[in-house]
Amino acid sequence: MTDEPTRPEEPVGGETGPKVGRDEWVARHEGNAQRRGGLLGVVEARLALVPWWGWLALLAAVVVLLPVGSDSGYVRRVAFDTLLYMLLALGLNVVVGWGGLFDLGYVAFYGIGAYAYAMLSSNHFDIHLPSLVTIPLIVVLGAVIGLLVGLPSRRLSGDYLAIVTLFFFQLFITVSTNGDDIGGHNVTGGSNGIGGVDASIDPLSFFGWELPQLTSGGVFNLAYLYVALVVFVVVFVALRLVNQSRTGRAWRSLREDPLAAEMMGMPVNWLKLMAFSFGAAVAALTGTIFASLNAGVFPQTFQFPLLITIYAMVILGGAGNMAGVVLGAIIVNVLLEVLREPGDARYIFYIVVAAGLLAVLKLSRRLAIVVAGTLVLGFLVRFLAEQLSDRATAGSPNGEGWLADAIERWVFIPSSLGAWGPVSYITLVCILLALTLVDGWRRLALLVPTLYLAAFVWENVMLSKPEPTRYILLGAILVTLMVARPEGLLGEKRVEIV
Amino acid sequence: MGHLLVLSVDLVGSLRTDEFVQQTLNGLTLGAVYALIALGYSMVYGVLKLLNFAHGDVYMVGAFIGFGMMQWLGFRGTDGVWAPVISTWFVLFVVFVVAMVGTAGLGVAIERFAYRPLRNAPRIAPLISALGVSFFIAYSMQLMFGAQQRDYNVFGIDNGRLFLTGWELPGTDVRVPLVRILIIVSALALMVALWFLVTKTRTGKAMRATSFDREAAAMMGIDIDRVIVFTFVLGSALAGAAGVMFSLRAPASVTMGFLAGLKGFTAAVIGGIGSIPGAMGGGLILGLAEAYTQGYVSSKWSDMFVFVLLIGFMLFRPQGLFGKADIRKV
Repeated sequence: MTDEPTRPEEPVGGETGPKVGRDEWVARHEGNAQRRGGLLGVVEARLALVPWWGWLALLAAVVVLLPVGSDSGYVRRVAFDTLLYMLLALGLNVVVGWGGLFDLGYVAFYGIGAYAYAMLSSNHFDIHLPSLVTIPLIVVLGAVIGLLVGLPSRRLSGDYLAIVTLFFFQLFITVSTNGDDIGGHNVTGGSNGIGGVDASIDPLSFFGWELPQLTSGGVFNLAYLYVALVVFVVVFVALRLVNQSRTGRAWRSLREDPLAAEMMGMPVNWLKLMAFSFGAAVAALTGTIFASLNAGVFPQTFQFPLLITIYAMVILGGAGNMAGVVLGAIIVNVLLEVLREPGDARYIFYIVVAAGLLAVLKLSRRLAIVVAGTLVLGFLVRFLAEQLSDRATAGSPNGEGWLADAIERWVFIPSSLGAWGPVSYITLVCILLALTLVDGWRRLALLVPTLYLAAFVWENVMLSKPEPTRYILLGAILVTLMVARPEGLLGEKRVEIV
Repeated sequence: MGHLLVLSVDLVGSLRTDEFVQQTLNGLTLGAVYALIALGYSMVYGVLKLLNFAHGDVYMVGAFIGFGMMQWLGFRGTDGVWAPVISTWFVLFVVFVVAMVGTAGLGVAIERFAYRPLRNAPRIAPLISALGVSFFIAYSMQLMFGAQQRDYNVFGIDNGRLFLTGWELPGTDVRVPLVRILIIVSALALMVALWFLVTKTRTGKAMRATSFDREAAAMMGIDIDRVIVFTFVLGSALAGAAGVMFSLRAPASVTMGFLAGLKGFTAAVIGGIGSIPGAMGGGLILGLAEAYTQGYVSSKWSDMFVFVLLIGFMLFRPQGLFGKADIRKV
């Protein structure tokens, strides 16, 4: 057992050799079939040659140089949040991507880390442990709680684990929102959380250096960005090492075929518990950074939308692929940020629609027909609407920009939609679903009104309500990816060997 | 711990018959709703071996359809006066039927577009898809109808006759409002109808065969897709009815589906997942347990109690009360 044969390092994105758990011939054949020709293929092949630490260094360089490029506090804040999301996605990737376990209580561990920091280093209980003690303590705490939660779900089969962790999450929410009166003691601060003036949370401090949460100018302290970056790099490298260790290989074989893994004498239950508590530990660690920077923790942060956000990141990037989930975290978080501002969200929407059309129809005559048809239909419908009623075009688009002005001439925006809002939205969902059922010229013909309806709904219904829109998109991303491309952007396609 | 001790002293002190009967009544009403949700969960789990996380949201949509119908049929004019087209009972009947038909359609769509393509995928894939569907539905409803609560305007309906008058239990001061009788009786009727459908009809037989062994059933010439669609129709319709029932008593909101789904699932586990009488029994037990906890211990922590119950069952009797022990075939 001690002398493992050395295994060649896995290429990051390339399809150069057979992989563990895949049929060699299938893998090679697929690799050949997938290799693109033309310029794109060359670029892709070149990118595949960049080693993993090259990408990591590039990422680190971008974060380090960020303050040079932009002095906006908002950009720094978004970069910091993205780093936290990247950490969270890496942790969830251990559980979902490597362990193949469906953990719905992941956010609770993040919350536990944050609350633990807020309790151990603040005026709340008047405990002020130094960061170098608190952080390792909380990581261990997260891992142990992870073990405890995993234990009762017998055999940790998908369904029972899902439901136990879901309840655990609900429990965490209950305790954090009602915890201001547990037997007469204020433990979690209830819905007011911990933080603010009377329970100020300590900033991080290392070897006597204190990192105040805000700089003297009242802007977010850059030191936290760098702390998050260092933690991210350390976690990334550590998880990469774990993934290449015996445990990592055991996880993967477990995910592919638990029964075969068990037959090979792997301690299946123990391995699953380990994956589970590894993820929990990473989440708890991220929670400490979150709490220390924000100087406050509130139960409203650790709710269900956060869970779905992290899941969308992991699934979009490709569960099981570390580079993938990091990319997924960046894409999803930037997307969510952009969606806050209607003017910017509009650009993203039309760019995504155009890119989607281009990807499906390629540069062909059909694409030209669809685009021209949609444009003509739009002007026609708007003209008719204007003739029918003044109110039909009385509204103005949300947000600003040249695109908003252009769109106003094309999509009709009534002053108020009333019941037509829900009706148009439901119709759009139904048409989109119907689109997946037909093909050939029918699909092409259906595509034209669908596109216009999508633009109409986007301008009239969705842009004005960014909050539900964001989560609708995340939910749709999850379902669409699971159905159409379960391996995500960078993940490996699973091959069933019968 | 000291806190709990005080509570248990309270419990003994307040254990009066009237209050006990009142809580039992609460528990039965709640349990009827949970049982209906649990049935859908359990049936879908039976045939697909899939946790349908979107089930709670189907229930929520049922409540909203019911609300819309109620408003459309019951209120005339702009002054918000309850003046139904024919009679209150007729309106309630139509509301139930429309909500059930609507949610059945929703259930079929969910199955067709989110679960069917994943039928041969790894176990985790449909679960993630289900999570996505649940979010999609909940936030779509919020996008269309807003996050505010919808009260069924309960006290306005029929001048409150439904809620104020009722039947006095002999020997106590407890009055059972008509609406509770309505909920319990219609839930029972639905369960009896389901029981009949599953045990006495050909389709029911096909359903049972499919949940027993899908492949063998397919080989015997059973159209599996049809059976699965039928299961979703039944389960979602029951959830829709449960949604209307629940919101007759408490305001509906777009976030109500999540917790209800969780409770429904717990009820299914308590009774033995995949078992129809189990789901009914589990729902009633859970409803009663929750009502007694809320009435005698603490309403804040009743979810905690449900959680402990679930963990207890998973540890000591994972097959539930009515289920058979699972034999793992290799």
